[in-house]
Amino acid sequence: MRGFSPAIRSFGIHAVLLEWPNEVDEDILTDILQFCQYLQQFCPKEQGWEMIPAYNSLTLVQKNSVIDFKAFSHDLLKWYRSKEEIAPAQKFLWRLPVCYDLDFGIDLAELSEKLSISIPELIDLHTKNTYTVYGIGFLPGFMYLGGLPKSLETPRKAMPRLKVLKGAVGLAGRQTGIYPQESPGGWNIIGNCIVPIFDIKRENPCLVRVGDKIQFYAISRAEYDLHKIESEVGIYKLEKIKVDA
Amino acid sequence: MLKVLKPGFYTTVQDTGRFGYRDIGVPVSGVMDNKALAIANSLLENEEDAAVLEITMTGPTLEFEEKTYIALSGAIMNPTLNNNPIVNNKVYRVQEKDILSYGRLDKGLRSYLAIKGGWQTKKVLGSRSYFKAITLVECVADHTEIPYIPCASFEPKIPEMPIESHFEEKVLQVSKGPEYALLLDRQLEKIFGNEFKVAKDYNRMAYQLMETVAEHNINMLTSATLPGTVQLTPSGKLIILMKDGQTTGGYPRILQLSDDAIALLSQKKMGDSISFKLM
Repeated sequence: MRGFSPAIRSFGIHAVLLEWPNEVDEDILTDILQFCQYLQQFCPKEQGWEMIPAYNSLTLVQKNSVIDFKAFSHDLLKWYRSKEEIAPAQKFLWRLPVCYDLDFGIDLAELSEKLSISIPELIDLHTKNTYTVYGIGFLPGFMYLGGLPKSLETPRKAMPRLKVLKGAVGLAGRQTGIYPQESPGGWNIIGNCIVPIFDIKRENPCLVRVGDKIQFYAISRAEYDLHKIESEVGIYKLEKIKVDA
Repeated sequence: MLKVLKPGFYTTVQDTGRFGYRDIGVPVSGVMDNKALAIANSLLENEEDAAVLEITMTGPTLEFEEKTYIALSGAIMNPTLNNNPIVNNKVYRVQEKDILSYGRLDKGLRSYLAIKGGWQTKKVLGSRSYFKAITLVECVADHTEIPYIPCASFEPKIPEMPIESHFEEKVLQVSKGPEYALLLDRQLEKIFGNEFKVAKDYNRMAYQLMETVAEHNINMLTSATLPGTVQLTPSGKLIILMKDGQTTGGYPRILQLSDDAIALLSQKKMGDSISFKLM
């Protein structure tokens, strides 16, 4: 594991930002999440703290009081240095079913031509890798996933669509992701994943956490329709596997 | 129950916001104008996070089914109770079948209707603040009802407060955002040496400004954003995130508005001028 020395920046009077090197890197994310875990004892949720990890940064927000930046950054550095090798939170690999039917994969044909790979090859490539959740944001439950095969990198669409379906699986740049709700969007849509990653009816609405892994697998239209009903009545169980740290 | 006879342009239930869920992408939401919320709730001696109605641009027509007490604050919208003019920042007693309606918007943009005990819509993730993906309703609709706890008698300690409005104020107090140091001199000159006008896209998620500053090609990884974060897009456009704003973003966060500046900006509409001042 590499050693880091995060930069601390003030971010208004209610927040502080910690920044690691400007890279998409698994070691950096692990270091951030480990520090996050260690900080729980000093910055507990019950005292109005929120921690937002994303890629190479960790933002700490305090709801109730004004942060004394100088004193707090001093503490943060001290805590960071004294952070022992505490066990990181348990990570999970989530296996998510995607229907790559052409009804859902509305950009598959165009992408296949642009990237010079057949649609079955494209689906193989998309389901082959496991992706790392580098952040959750933009929309409730939207995961920023890293680890896309190079051959699937493609620019976002020149004209964004006004309406992208809930569950749409897309590609843009070096990222892949799922739209957790209907919204406008400029990603290239290759399929649909209907299972509820974010469900407001659950006490914990988003089961996936930053640092978890995602793998997609292809399902038929009939299986998709079944999962859709299971999800609507709340009996679909997301498939998760413990990942060793 | 409160019967909604007409919903107005955009009326929502809001409290102080939904905290603790930003790490799963859920925005804070809550009232845009904290100061107006504080006035109305303190007049009624409510909890400070009691839910109010946030009324935007044109007001609703509302019928009260039970006795209670109300206070209005924020934008001046010429409200009437049973056709008698009433004023902001004052406690009013309401009887069964009383009708509250609103007239022309005179000053500001967002008006607040607080009720003794607060509006009692369902809490989702610890807050009553409307946000489509969370509360499944976006705004108050025609012929819906909003619950409240009736109150037959209440002696307010302070029945009225002066209307000290920030509607004419246009200077937004800001601190340096995390990417402030990446700004060039000519960008800084433009940002602090000029007034900006609110563009046509302004809502609870974000306020865009009409005038642009010099383009940039700063490349950063997605990172957390807050209400009041001023983002600079590659084309030089300034976007100020507000209470329903996304929790993460990939544009440089050049400035951060103070809490009072967020309240001040939330009373601005398209064409209104603002300027930035470093605290």
